[in-house]
Amino acid sequence: MSKEKFDYFIKGEKGKYEVVIGLEVHAQVLSKSKLFSGSSTKFGADPNNQVSLIDSAFPGMLPVINEECVKQAVRTGLGLNAKINNYSVFDRKNYFYADLPQGYQISQYKNPIVGEGKVLLDMPYGSKEIGIERLHLEQDAGKSIHDMDPSNTYVDLNRSGIALMEIVSKPDLRSPDEVNAYIKKLRSIMRYLGTCDGNMQEGSLRADVNVSVRKEGDTNFGTRCEIKNVNSIKFMQMAIEYEAARQVELIENGKKIDQETRLFDTKKNETRSMRSKEDAHDYRYFPDPDLLPLKLEQKLIDDLKKSLPELPDKKKERFVKEYGLNAYEANVLVSEKEISDYYEEVAKLSDKKLAATWMMGDLFAMLNDRGLDISKSPISAKYFAELVQAIKSGEISGRIAKEVFEIMVESGDNPKKIIESKGMKQQSDPKELEKIINEILSKNKDKVDQYKAGKEKLFGFFVGQVMKLSGGKANPQLTNEILKKLLKG
Amino acid sequence: MADITNQSLNEIIENVKTKKVSSTELTKAYVKNIESAKKLNAFVTTTFDQALNNAKQFDNKPNFDQLLPGIPLAVKDLFCTENIKTTAGSNILNNFIPSYESTITKNLWDHGSFLLGKLNCDEFAMGSSNETSYYGNVINPVGDQLVPGGSSGGSSSALAADLTPATIGTDTGGSIRQPASFTGTVGLKPTYGLCSRWGIVAFASSLDQAGPMTKTIKDCAIMLEAMSGFDEKDSTSINKKKEQYSKNLKDNIKGLKIGIPKEYRVDNMPKEVDELWEKGKKILKDLGAQLIDISLPHTKYALPTYYIVAPAEASSNLARYDGVRYGYRSKQGKDLIEMYEKTRSEGFGDEVKRRILIGTYVLSSGYYDAYYLKAQKVRQLIKKDFDDSFKKIDAILTPSTPSSAFKIGEKTNDPVSMYLNDIFTVPVNLAGLPALSMPAGVDKQGHPLGLQLIGKTLDEQKILNIGYAFEKNCGFKNEIKKWWS
Repeated sequence: MSKEKFDYFIKGEKGKYEVVIGLEVHAQVLSKSKLFSGSSTKFGADPNNQVSLIDSAFPGMLPVINEECVKQAVRTGLGLNAKINNYSVFDRKNYFYADLPQGYQISQYKNPIVGEGKVLLDMPYGSKEIGIERLHLEQDAGKSIHDMDPSNTYVDLNRSGIALMEIVSKPDLRSPDEVNAYIKKLRSIMRYLGTCDGNMQEGSLRADVNVSVRKEGDTNFGTRCEIKNVNSIKFMQMAIEYEAARQVELIENGKKIDQETRLFDTKKNETRSMRSKEDAHDYRYFPDPDLLPLKLEQKLIDDLKKSLPELPDKKKERFVKEYGLNAYEANVLVSEKEISDYYEEVAKLSDKKLAATWMMGDLFAMLNDRGLDISKSPISAKYFAELVQAIKSGEISGRIAKEVFEIMVESGDNPKKIIESKGMKQQSDPKELEKIINEILSKNKDKVDQYKAGKEKLFGFFVGQVMKLSGGKANPQLTNEILKKLLKG
Repeated sequence: MADITNQSLNEIIENVKTKKVSSTELTKAYVKNIESAKKLNAFVTTTFDQALNNAKQFDNKPNFDQLLPGIPLAVKDLFCTENIKTTAGSNILNNFIPSYESTITKNLWDHGSFLLGKLNCDEFAMGSSNETSYYGNVINPVGDQLVPGGSSGGSSSALAADLTPATIGTDTGGSIRQPASFTGTVGLKPTYGLCSRWGIVAFASSLDQAGPMTKTIKDCAIMLEAMSGFDEKDSTSINKKKEQYSKNLKDNIKGLKIGIPKEYRVDNMPKEVDELWEKGKKILKDLGAQLIDISLPHTKYALPTYYIVAPAEASSNLARYDGVRYGYRSKQGKDLIEMYEKTRSEGFGDEVKRRILIGTYVLSSGYYDAYYLKAQKVRQLIKKDFDDSFKKIDAILTPSTPSSAFKIGEKTNDPVSMYLNDIFTVPVNLAGLPALSMPAGVDKQGHPLGLQLIGKTLDEQKILNIGYAFEKNCGFKNEIKKWWS
């Protein structure tokens, strides 16, 4: 595969600018109950129906760490090839807000549970490593609802206390495409691990985006702005593009960039200042005296490591080696665990290479059109494998296969049954084909003469006629062979 | 029959068990006492009907095998009690009725006792004289001009005035031991983590510890046994086997090594306090204990350290009182920030505000390292002083307080002089150790004074034993005239 060159720069009057991006991803831990209470974390409950006395910070209530959330954070850290810290501390981040019942968020500040790690991205210009600075556990806040009443704000505490993993990247990302690839890779790893469902619509994955720009070739970072709480990849990309352009314009006009927190307005497609560095909160972090430092036994970490599933990078390697796929195919097929599972089931029962081609072509197109996940595919892996095998064995042509595929999508039927009942089997009997071909040739003597005189382009015309007469069922390869033979004679 | 309330908890339990008195008779007697002692202002809430009902239930179906069979108890209003208003002595919780019961009170009820009422205390347990309570100051039964100590001042006053046979308080920097000392009663601050903090309105989480307040050491052992124990709902709770403190109480202290720290003397300490300390040493020595001079060199930093750590934690712990979900909310305020400001300005008293401000300051960026972080380091040194000493001794004997009960209003305008009252008690909280204040004598005005026994981590039994032996040989008798009724 030919490699493209990285080329994402903002062009200003005075030169090209490189965009430097770092992400703080907030990923909701997949767990039955909250980080420090037994309340359910299920999405979509009626407001304030999943709130314990702890989540709503009643007097005398105390947090107790949910061990499963700790394990999930360790698993995620291991999945990010990161250092797991045997000793970590929960701190209080103090600020007042109506949807923050305690008046502080329990988070990890100086001693996070997970340290440095890395994530590999496959970009068109080669693979790129993105550094992970840290991962820490923290509580989510509740939700303030400002638009239900003209004069009151309503608060829903269902989210209050849900465990989040904040995954902080190093400022290694250089384009919206890399951000897209990074988020997708993170999500893929966490979904493989079962530590976060990655559902952005439900807010399970959100990010604060740090953006700065610098002249191409500069080694120092520019002043960054942080765009808070962006909840889709598309919006992240839009916000980065807008923000980078804004910063370049400031620089080109000889103005200073203020370090500040900004909001992305999805309706106007612009970022807006939320608060400047001077107005930044003083969170008065200090270790939460209600919680002891978290000490992890090495054995626990080792056991979790042993029980990790095969992750996308490893699986990709295996797909290349075991199934003879190219890197691109392998990459696509491991992007989601469910896709890789589906593929492996198909590959077990059919031609591995052809299965990959058909999955990435017709199957994905169909799922995409219908907005379906592969787990909801109307075609089971077993039937899909049968279809692939029918193509491979020459039982049906690729063109017929597309028709069979359509019928399978609508009916959910077994491809064999469809091929048989509709008589779609490929005509592969040389005698029968010869008969058809001879008929065509005798009907088009003029064209045969022209062909023989050197107009070889007409070969395609003959093939088309054969197909037409056979109702598309003529085996194309055989047709070619016989046609060539007869035209020579 | 003589006054059935003018006795120790242990005697009262015996009387109930031997059916000399029923739970109902006992409860009625306390109700009568409480009603005639309104002047003391020891109670914020009484629960007489509920208590009499509980007593009746007990009498109908008595279980004498329990530790506290049919015993009515009043508790500090810092313990959340299910369906009973819990104020923490603050206006901001003046309408707060918990839907839950604190682990400590639940433990007491599970051992056969029941609630008689909620006792006044300094607002959010911040105070040494019970003068910061929104519900007014409490009077020491020892004298009508005297403070009962604080923050568990309602508890010490009620106990000394026979308004409850025993009680519980909380001790963050001396809030059990100092009031006990001021009222001639016994108070124990257990090892940090021995008694669950779940359901106790928090002041400073790393220091807060509930403990018993009683008339005698034996009573103290009974109460501690009933209230202590591991609680999975408190992450700082110690998971260990439950002890039978009362059964294991022994008065033989022969050969025990008692440390005498040279740093437990302050300028202008009344001579009587020194004399009392000497008397204490002599009693223990006569009982066969060995006195050993020790040094706890970082003691002088304990008070400043405490007044950084405790307010820092408090400033954060009290952030939840914002008028949004429960408690007092100001009717004024045109937006969220203003609502917060008004609610907290009107809801908190001056001492609480002072500590929130101090705490916010010491945690602020730019000051954190100089104050909070340094205080945490000093705290470790203070703890290390004790750890080092405890390698060669069994317990430490000190005065409980630098003076006897002071007059109401005497120190209200001088916070530092008020804070100095905790100078002997605070180091123990910083180190997380158990300590007992036991009555030992009176000063020249006849006001009680206490001595403090500090033990190793989880060595409650030993200091109770020493206290038990001391009590038998000290000859102290709390002569309180019931001037208020």
